Amino acid sequence: MSTHLKVNGADVSLDGAGVHTTTLDWLRDRGLTGAKEGCAEGECGACSILVARPGIDSPTEWTAINACLVPVAALDGQEVITSEGLGTSSALHPVQQEMAVRGGSQCGFCTPGFVCSMAAEFYRPTRTACTGDGEHGPNGFDLHALSGNLCRCTGYRPIRDAAYALGEPDVDDKLAARQAAAPPPAAVTRVVSGDSEFVRPARLSDVLDILAESPEAKVVAGSTDMGVEVNLRGVRSPLVVAVDRLSELREFEVSDDQIRIGAALTLTEIERMLAGRVPLLEQMFPQFASRLIRNGATIGGNLGTGSPIGDTPPALLALDAQLVLASRRGERVVALADYFTGYRQTLKSPDELIRAILVPRPLAPLTAFHKIAKRRFDDISSVAVGYALDVVDGIVREARIGLGGVAATPLRATATEQALIGRPWTERTVREAAAVMATEGTPMDDHRASASYRSAMLGQSLLRFHAQQLDVEEVSA
Amino acid sequence: MSQLSERPAQAVVGVPLPHESAALHVTGEALYTDDLVVRTRDVLHAYPVQSPHAHARILDLRVKPAYDVPGVVRVLTSDDVPGINDAGVKHDEPLFPDTEVMFHGHAICWVLGETLEAARLGAAAVEVEYEELPSLVTVREAIAAGNFQGTGRHLEHGDVESALSEAVHVFQGEFEFAGQEHFYLETHCALALVDEGGQIFVQSSTQHPSETQEIVAHVLGVASHAVTVQCLRMGGGFGGKEMQPHGFAAIAALGATLTGRPVRLRLNRTQDVTMSGKRHGFHSRWRAGFDDEGRIVALDATLTADGGWSLDLSEPVLARAMCHIDNAYWIPNVRVDGQIAKTNKTSQTAFRGFGGPQGMLVIEDLLGRCAPLLGYDAMELRRRNLYQPGHTTPYGQPVRHAERLEACWSEVLSNGEIARRQEEIARFNAEHPNRKRALAATPVKFGISFNLTAFNQAGALVHVYKDGSVLINHGGTEMGQGLHTKMLQVAATTLGVPLERVRLAPTRTDKVPNTSATAASSGADLNGAAIKNACEQIRERLEQVAGGRLGISPHDVRFVDGIARGLSGDGVPWEEIVHSAYHQRVQLWAAGFYRTEGLHWDANAMHGEPFKYFAYGVAASEVEVDGFTGGYTLRRVDIVHDVGDSLSPLIDVGQIEGGFVQGAGWLTLEDLRWDESDGPNRGRLATQAASTYKLPSFSEMPQVFNVHLLEKAHEDGAVYGSKAVGEPPLMLAFSVREALRQAAAAFGPAGTSVDLPSPATPEAVFWALEKARSVQPALSLSGV
Repeated sequence: MSTHLKVNGADVSLDGAGVHTTTLDWLRDRGLTGAKEGCAEGECGACSILVARPGIDSPTEWTAINACLVPVAALDGQEVITSEGLGTSSALHPVQQEMAVRGGSQCGFCTPGFVCSMAAEFYRPTRTACTGDGEHGPNGFDLHALSGNLCRCTGYRPIRDAAYALGEPDVDDKLAARQAAAPPPAAVTRVVSGDSEFVRPARLSDVLDILAESPEAKVVAGSTDMGVEVNLRGVRSPLVVAVDRLSELREFEVSDDQIRIGAALTLTEIERMLAGRVPLLEQMFPQFASRLIRNGATIGGNLGTGSPIGDTPPALLALDAQLVLASRRGERVVALADYFTGYRQTLKSPDELIRAILVPRPLAPLTAFHKIAKRRFDDISSVAVGYALDVVDGIVREARIGLGGVAATPLRATATEQALIGRPWTERTVREAAAVMATEGTPMDDHRASASYRSAMLGQSLLRFHAQQLDVEEVSA
Repeated sequence: MSQLSERPAQAVVGVPLPHESAALHVTGEALYTDDLVVRTRDVLHAYPVQSPHAHARILDLRVKPAYDVPGVVRVLTSDDVPGINDAGVKHDEPLFPDTEVMFHGHAICWVLGETLEAARLGAAAVEVEYEELPSLVTVREAIAAGNFQGTGRHLEHGDVESALSEAVHVFQGEFEFAGQEHFYLETHCALALVDEGGQIFVQSSTQHPSETQEIVAHVLGVASHAVTVQCLRMGGGFGGKEMQPHGFAAIAALGATLTGRPVRLRLNRTQDVTMSGKRHGFHSRWRAGFDDEGRIVALDATLTADGGWSLDLSEPVLARAMCHIDNAYWIPNVRVDGQIAKTNKTSQTAFRGFGGPQGMLVIEDLLGRCAPLLGYDAMELRRRNLYQPGHTTPYGQPVRHAERLEACWSEVLSNGEIARRQEEIARFNAEHPNRKRALAATPVKFGISFNLTAFNQAGALVHVYKDGSVLINHGGTEMGQGLHTKMLQVAATTLGVPLERVRLAPTRTDKVPNTSATAASSGADLNGAAIKNACEQIRERLEQVAGGRLGISPHDVRFVDGIARGLSGDGVPWEEIVHSAYHQRVQLWAAGFYRTEGLHWDANAMHGEPFKYFAYGVAASEVEVDGFTGGYTLRRVDIVHDVGDSLSPLIDVGQIEGGFVQGAGWLTLEDLRWDESDGPNRGRLATQAASTYKLPSFSEMPQVFNVHLLEKAHEDGAVYGSKAVGEPPLMLAFSVREALRQAAAAFGPAGTSVDLPSPATPEAVFWALEKARSVQPALSLSGV
């Protein structure tokens, strides 16, 4: 099977690429050294490139991703643009022009990555001029587009100014025009190197067959987790199965009694498709890693790893979400609250795949997502809490509180919920319940936070949630 | 005005210009050392075998299994070193430790492979047998065990004991604070090959090519002239590439000489963070006396730098810390003792500020803690203690231009509308029980020049070709600080030609020899003066030629914007003068040299005038702290900083902003956590990746960020009246930490003194404000 990738407009053969060769290494080996390796775990964005992805507001959207995390085999048949493809030193792209003249680069090492992330936002079809706020420019530029890019030199101010100075793409801008045409279809891919194999089947049933026969197969969607395993821990799975473009895993339906979210939708896609319909998730999205990660990471992947510190589980636990698990044996629906069984262990058997996430409707009226971390953009939670409460006539009728970072699994704060349900939604109740909440879970000491801080944050979180309901002004988000 | 500082009319210096490589940066066309690998044939890749113990004896090293891995070409061990097995200049830093590993992550040997994957698998196959030895991981453990290295220092001025006994208020305290990982985006990298004639050519991401060259030469046992080191540019340095690149370059060079093939050594992030040195954490113990008016009358302090496993640059770092414990404050009686702890950690090294920030942090922390106890507003307390004209530092150097401190301070107060905002903050805090704001201003006085006088020299090589184009070489390296941009501006100014006529060639040891590190903020001062010197030699020769051509005295010739003119009349283009000069057999190139005059320093007595001048600045920062979490935002920063007459204002503002944010990262966010337990991972760095060691990101950028360069700030005696800018602004970030302290205190009763750890992470701030919340008003006035 011939594999190829369109790079900066030219078809390049993928022959000879290894199963675990990252897109970054592959590009650099071809002399496209603009993209850099700064961390190899999707944290610094120096490797950011643009990929032509199916769009939500236009047929295709240029989407920025971390090239260090994605195996190049996963891009078979796709189109990518690197900093070299945006412009040249004698004919700069508008993004490059603004970055250059405003002092947006010092050492320049992170710059090509910033340029690609900024270009994706430059081309976002829904970017429109607005009044601007702390995180949006007057041109509608969302600063979160750059939350996955680190610069150690500038202190960011000139980069922000460059982003906020961008106008609209010219009428003859080729990349803008490309967004109006259909995206490249997903290829059916099989790459073999050494003892390893990468496959991208055409249908869900093919994937389920593979999982039934080879339960050790590594299922990969955005590769934001597997890429780290490959780069930092030397993991070389013998069989990698890509599922991120399966239409069966990319369904999105809103009905009166539930929202069905396909497991292979990325966090960015879900954020845009939901468009604020689930306020709890709306609060969670900007705090989930960075835009670069959210562009690749899928909701199914975040649940599939079974990590106790993922950001979606506390939110989805509070929303009482369910998972649709599929295998050759059929489909079953399990409650997320039952799904996590131990440290990185779940109810999902090796031959099963998460197909969709179901969020029941109507939603509880009082919700919030609290994330405690050292850094506001792009950090891993010390503690995360999702709230969904129903208060009728001043009495708490229902309460679901999801917790992350305080035990070997995400969990519901059941004792706290019981301390709230049936009681008046008053400061006294909340203080008493907060004391209970501070004892939930079994938090531990690590480099992110001490166990005592984690416990304190649980109690404080409930106080803060209550205060937020009373006085929006009082509590910063 | 000195000849060096005098700026001609229509100078190219002083014009705000983007970085000279900006167009290459933004397109990805700019080349860094590792980008050269794909342009080089048959490259071998190096991968280390790292120690899993903080301290252990090596009982056996079996490399044979590595050779069984397909693609492994060679394993480099201490047996392969033909010269000196040492990566440093102190001979305490074996390149290949053959008997003892000294820290978790210490590289024992290196595997060369046809691919990086082969080298990695080969390294995993190497078998090492260890006998674990007791280790010291924290500076406190080292102090308790009396485990020190290098020479301790003592600095004394006045009579500290009498002053303390007569002081109205005496406080004492202890303060231990963390170091900082450089986290340049480009990790350490070297690419070595052997040229025809046996010349070893090493491309290295190094701030100090000459020393890289020397270390490579002594490891290989060859003369310096057999080794050439080139640095195209670095993806950030910040001091981390002053000493640390040498050993890595030597490994690559050794591999190249043994295999005859180019060898690339590039550390991945984990290797870089676990193997290379960082900013020193310090422990300090102090006593301070104040008079009734809030004036500090005496300071007695002991500083212990956590040096890690070898000396590296710890001695000069300690000296600079001791010379900066006064920061911007006049302290009539001072005694400082300094020592260097030896611990089983990476060997800590230079980092932007080079000990200065650590010394200054001690006094700023002290003032922040004492202000409430003295009953003073912290801003007022700091202002009253600022150096005034006529004052002298504890080590005997007059504080020239001390009035600029007051000038910066009052300008920050007015630019920042501080008085109005203080009222707003008081109102806000009264109305918001769960959120508190605070505003703090802190000053910076930072000495410019290498503390070691010999390093204050530089060279340059300037060529003018027959067509009038100019090529400049100098000994400084480009790491993003804009040095090359400034050097182009200096050359164009001195020769009187348009900037486009001048090109700059990469830094190489075979062009300018015996250079100093591009460090100590001195790159532009030293190399700029050397370039100016070279250009002046050429210009003076061309003035002779032009004088003859124009029929005027050579003294009346002026080159401006590429035209030679007399005091009146028509001019002649530069190119024609150059052409004539060639035919008249006039030398069209020159070597330039500069040494900083007026320095003298007795390192043993810690006395003299080690600095050419001081850089000054003041910052005011406003924060808001969330009482539920300790989380905070940096709402607004106002800075006025003294860069002299700026050589390149856009570059200088960039240095100030970037230094400030990097300093704020050190003080509030960046968290080096070593495993201090007695478990199996003792001594392992837990925060060794970007996912666990968090740098400032967009969310830490001040929401409002106003930077002004101090006006009328001509610096006599420095190139074109400018001042160094690389390091001093980092320390303006003390204002953020002090604002956090005050915001935490605002959760308690008035007059609460708050101890704040460093870094002041949200967790640290939360515990500080919890403590403040629990303070009873009556208790808040007890001693520190």
